Amino acid sequence: MIERTATIASTVGLHARPASIFADAAGELEAEVSIARVGEPAEDAVGADSMLALMSLGVEHGEVVVLRTDDDSAGEALDALVRILETNHDA
Amino acid sequence: MIVKGETVQNFVGVGVFRGRVIAPIRHMPPALAEPPAGEKLASSTPPETAAATIKAAGTSVKVTFLERAARAEGAGKEVLEATALMATDPMLIKAAIKLVNAGTSPERAVWEAGETVAQMLRNLGGMMAERSHDVLDVRSRIVAVLRGVPAPEIPDAAEPFILVAEDLAPADTATLDPTKVIALVTAGGGPQSHTAIIARSLGLPAVVAAAGISALTDGELVFVDGAAGVVRTEPGAAERSAVSAWEEQSSLLTTFDGTGQLADGTLLPLLANVGGAKDAQEAAMANAQGVGLLRTEFCFLGNSTEPSHEDQVAAYQGVFEAFPGKKVVVRTLDAGADKPLPFLTDSTEPNPALGVRGYRTDLTTPGVLARQLAAIAAAAATTEAQVWVMAPMISTASEAADFAALCTAAGLRVPGVMVEVPSAALTARHILDQVEFASLGTNDLTQYAMAADRQLGPLATLNDPWQPAVLALVQATVEGAIAQAKHSASLETSLPKPVGVCGEAAADPALAVVLAGLGVSTLSMTPRALPAVAAVLRTVTLAQAQVLAQRAVGAPSAAAARELVRAGLPALADLGL
Repeated sequence: MIERTATIASTVGLHARPASIFADAAGELEAEVSIARVGEPAEDAVGADSMLALMSLGVEHGEVVVLRTDDDSAGEALDALVRILETNHDA
Repeated sequence: MIVKGETVQNFVGVGVFRGRVIAPIRHMPPALAEPPAGEKLASSTPPETAAATIKAAGTSVKVTFLERAARAEGAGKEVLEATALMATDPMLIKAAIKLVNAGTSPERAVWEAGETVAQMLRNLGGMMAERSHDVLDVRSRIVAVLRGVPAPEIPDAAEPFILVAEDLAPADTATLDPTKVIALVTAGGGPQSHTAIIARSLGLPAVVAAAGISALTDGELVFVDGAAGVVRTEPGAAERSAVSAWEEQSSLLTTFDGTGQLADGTLLPLLANVGGAKDAQEAAMANAQGVGLLRTEFCFLGNSTEPSHEDQVAAYQGVFEAFPGKKVVVRTLDAGADKPLPFLTDSTEPNPALGVRGYRTDLTTPGVLARQLAAIAAAAATTEAQVWVMAPMISTASEAADFAALCTAAGLRVPGVMVEVPSAALTARHILDQVEFASLGTNDLTQYAMAADRQLGPLATLNDPWQPAVLALVQATVEGAIAQAKHSASLETSLPKPVGVCGEAAADPALAVVLAGLGVSTLSMTPRALPAVAAVLRTVTLAQAQVLAQRAVGAPSAAAARELVRAGLPALADLGL
């Protein structure tokens, strides 16, 4: 399993447009990626490809999340997702 | 009322906006019924097959939204794109498939999964809660696809058509394309219903309360006369010539030159009712002489929290900038009854129309109004518009005094009140001791004078601003203003304070003459009504208008009042109104 952390850059947090951009990108991947707040148990992680699940996390601007996948070849894909999270889509 | 000829069917309802057209009808699909609780998956259908149909239905709904998003722009486009994604969202679809695997029918499974997701969003509150409506919309559409029925929305057709519905909701305006929908006919609703308001603001011929209309067949050709309130099947030569006559006459009624006046030169400024910056720009293009009613709900509706000071200032500035040097009357937030707001109003009130609404929300949630007034003052300071403010649902002089004090504290110099409650009309003299002007909201004034809910079709004839009791309340308000001026200690204020009208009544050219005759000082209406109202006002002198007004107030019924006034206004027939 590999994981990455990212700080949410969008001012509205991870919902609405930022969530749909991120879920869309995660849905395009071969690998199944989960997302959770950093420090929260892995069981509470939700599917990164579900905008509704992302919205349910209620992650706000400036919070740190962790992305995980069991697919060890998906490092670059995770990096790409991190870049999406660390871009302010409301600017 | 249905009058059956040999084959021609004639439906008589209440005409709410003029115009004659012949076109095929399309029915608005009924609201989608909930799949019954406990509905089971057919034993012959393997769960995998049912799961696949749910996925396919979700994809088809997603495609519909993406097609729409491709035609939209800006914020609307983003909302549609996000909504498209919901239709195939793994959280929603997986939850539905789980229920199907446990033996639930696909329709019921999608219904329950959608409710679970919507509830989750509502629990999160704030901006998330607002998205719960989108989830429920997506859910309905997926269920409609599964059932093979049309989505619960205004139908799409290549050719222009007449939309037939039970009644329309405010939300339908957003998806109503006036190049496709060329007339509205509803079985329910009254002259003050949302359908009527939508028709007037879009300039669509419309007939409401046309009982029996739902029996027409989709695609059937009908004739609609929005002035006479008539819908007829099998249109022939007579109907075709009525349509061409209308087309000729209506070309005379397309523009307003920007000066409202009577035949003797008496000035009667004609203002516009607007609900935002875009409306205000259109009103300015239509030569409105100012804004007589800025509905500020546009800033608040759809928000589950109060908008920020900066957002409010920007929204008001957008309106003020369209009318430099002109009057803009801002109505403070009018939440409650048919315009609930989660952070202000209590949806469990047994009688919302008689409940905590309009100005009264300041009693239960103080602060929102003061902050709105501060934002209005800040916006006013940056533009050249003459900004007046008024509170909705004022009942007493002491409420008027409290509102005036809030305005003064915010630095707003011209406070006023809406007169919608009969008590305000009857005590206008004392109310106008406290504030600088009054504006008659005839829609609510009619509903409260007649004790008739304005949304109810069966009460349409009560909910008619031509009711002599309503006209008498208009008269009482003007008389109150005159009495206040006479008894005012200060000589310089011997002119009565202005009493305007900003309800739908002002948009009816014949009623506009009556209001002028009763002594109101401005009329504010949907900008589309300006040309016709201006044209008719110019055919009467003030003295003639006063005579017609007294006939209307003294009439035994609304129908008699209307007939007496129409008989004295030959211009109406000449203009095809």
